[in-house]
Amino acid sequence: MSLPSIVMFLAIVAVTLYITYWASKRTSTASDFYTAGGGLKGWQNGLAISGDYLSAASFLGIAGSVALYGYDGFYFSIGYLVAYLVVLYIVAEPLRNLGKFTLADMITARFEMAKVRGAAALSTIVIVLFYMIAQLVGAGALIQLLFGIPYWAAVLIVGVMMTIYVLFGGMTATSWVQIIKAVLLMFGTAIISILVLLKFDFSIIRMFSEMATATDAGEAYLNPGLLYKNGINTISTLLALVLGTAGLPHILMRFFTVKDAQTARSSVIWATWIVGIFYVLTIFLGFGAAAFVGKETIVAANPAGNMAAPLLAEELGGDILFAFVSAVAFATILAVVAGLVLSGASALSHDIYGQIVKKGKITEKEQVIAARIGSLVISVISILLALGAQTLNVAFLVSLAFCIAASANLPVIIYTIYWKRFNSNGAVWAIIGGLITALVLVAVSPNVWNPEPGKAIFVGTPLVSLTNPAIISVPVGFICGWIGTILSKETDYAKYSEVEVRAQTGISVNKVSH
Amino acid sequence: MAKDSGKQIDYERIAKMESFRQLSRKKNSFLWTMAVIFFVLYMLLPVLTSYTEILHQKAIGEITWVWFYSFGLFIMVWGLAHFYVGRANKFDKEAREIIDEYERGAGQ
Repeated sequence: MSLPSIVMFLAIVAVTLYITYWASKRTSTASDFYTAGGGLKGWQNGLAISGDYLSAASFLGIAGSVALYGYDGFYFSIGYLVAYLVVLYIVAEPLRNLGKFTLADMITARFEMAKVRGAAALSTIVIVLFYMIAQLVGAGALIQLLFGIPYWAAVLIVGVMMTIYVLFGGMTATSWVQIIKAVLLMFGTAIISILVLLKFDFSIIRMFSEMATATDAGEAYLNPGLLYKNGINTISTLLALVLGTAGLPHILMRFFTVKDAQTARSSVIWATWIVGIFYVLTIFLGFGAAAFVGKETIVAANPAGNMAAPLLAEELGGDILFAFVSAVAFATILAVVAGLVLSGASALSHDIYGQIVKKGKITEKEQVIAARIGSLVISVISILLALGAQTLNVAFLVSLAFCIAASANLPVIIYTIYWKRFNSNGAVWAIIGGLITALVLVAVSPNVWNPEPGKAIFVGTPLVSLTNPAIISVPVGFICGWIGTILSKETDYAKYSEVEVRAQTGISVNKVSH
Repeated sequence: MAKDSGKQIDYERIAKMESFRQLSRKKNSFLWTMAVIFFVLYMLLPVLTSYTEILHQKAIGEITWVWFYSFGLFIMVWGLAHFYVGRANKFDKEAREIIDEYERGAGQ
């Protein structure tokens, strides 16, 4: 580990710990803990959403994929961004108007039943754990490369940091860690992009014409087809990306940190600009790495291409820029996993313990204690799973988390807000049906089974050829919700009137918030 | 909307008001029409790239049409996000009028 790396690494640790200390003094109620008291401004929440969303998979993964596969690496960027239109148009405002701390709160605003809350909490915890294992395993491998420390130590450092942020600073600390990370990430990405463009005389046309000969793929590098050769699989993956974001618990939770639907709206606008500009810049990072670092060096450092951006930084800006980008990657990982711990803890402590086990009869003080214990439990479980999963190829878990979110959460969210006839039976069916279908299809997919040893978790022939089953599991989630609804005679149109009026006008928002 | 606190809101009455029904219809048809449009434009990308060669052709220099389509989707996201805000602000105004109408009715 070089001196600049050590300095910047310690600076990130020091600043985020100070924020946590500052936030801990402002965290005394459950609402402080889960939603930062609901007092974030639009731009703050927009930056925090970006910080929560742009994971190492986005920063290092997409830059690496573009470097290795050209256009095909860029698909994910498009899907991840268009997803925000689904969030903005369909989900954000009704969610803010109906919910309190969690997705389950929003659905039980219509169906106040333990089975509905339990199902929603279960899908949240499953998504959080999958996403978290992918992040932590990736983080461990990456920090190992960036700072030259062992895998287990890297996972423990990230794990302990995220636990400290959430445990002491709750949502306030998590939000500010995410905001700072978003600013650092944009700054770092912009600097590398400018350095890359400088090499091409700031001419996009020239950049493309040089890229057409810069890699061994030739002109094919600039067209789709290097990585994704199966049409249905490409469509299915892109479907999961665009619909999944609107069901990701750690993103949905961010909408409870603002005071009303108008602020939720402006936070999405901020997020679409930041996230969008970032994804445009991933092209420059990827192209730059392919042209100036070279495929062989990138693959030698990490077969998935994750080191492309840091290596490019080193090539263009020397030790200092490498150290800065490594520190940004570290901050990126911390911000995302902290958001995940918080949303996992909200499902465990607020939904399952507070609302189901204690039936809502729980004091403010007990809620905060439960939230802290829940955070600790989620953190410890994820750290242990990540330590055990070092040798597994878990990169697919992120797109799987998007798939589960799209299949298990999005149908029930849409039906709850927009479908009058929908009932509690349908809600449970939609969540469980989507969740099980997605999990089963992935369990028999090429991610898990491969005839060649070492390529996947088990050796054998996969039963389905789809690496991402969204094209099947999302419709199944919607159909299950519909079947479950019509199989039950239960209807409560009066309750739907309330949900509809509240979702559309936000009229009682003061009663459900703070 | 602190003035709503402390008293029961008769949601069913608001839900049945003609002005609310109209707003709800208008808002939902706007949201879902736009959602279908951007969803189709987005899903068309993998369909076109996987099953046709239209977007593989060069447009300017070595830049192929697929980059223009992709960048077009970025512009679409930013454009539709701001378009939404404009419409939503109008819906907010109508929603406030409906609540005022309800509260005048409740006071009688």
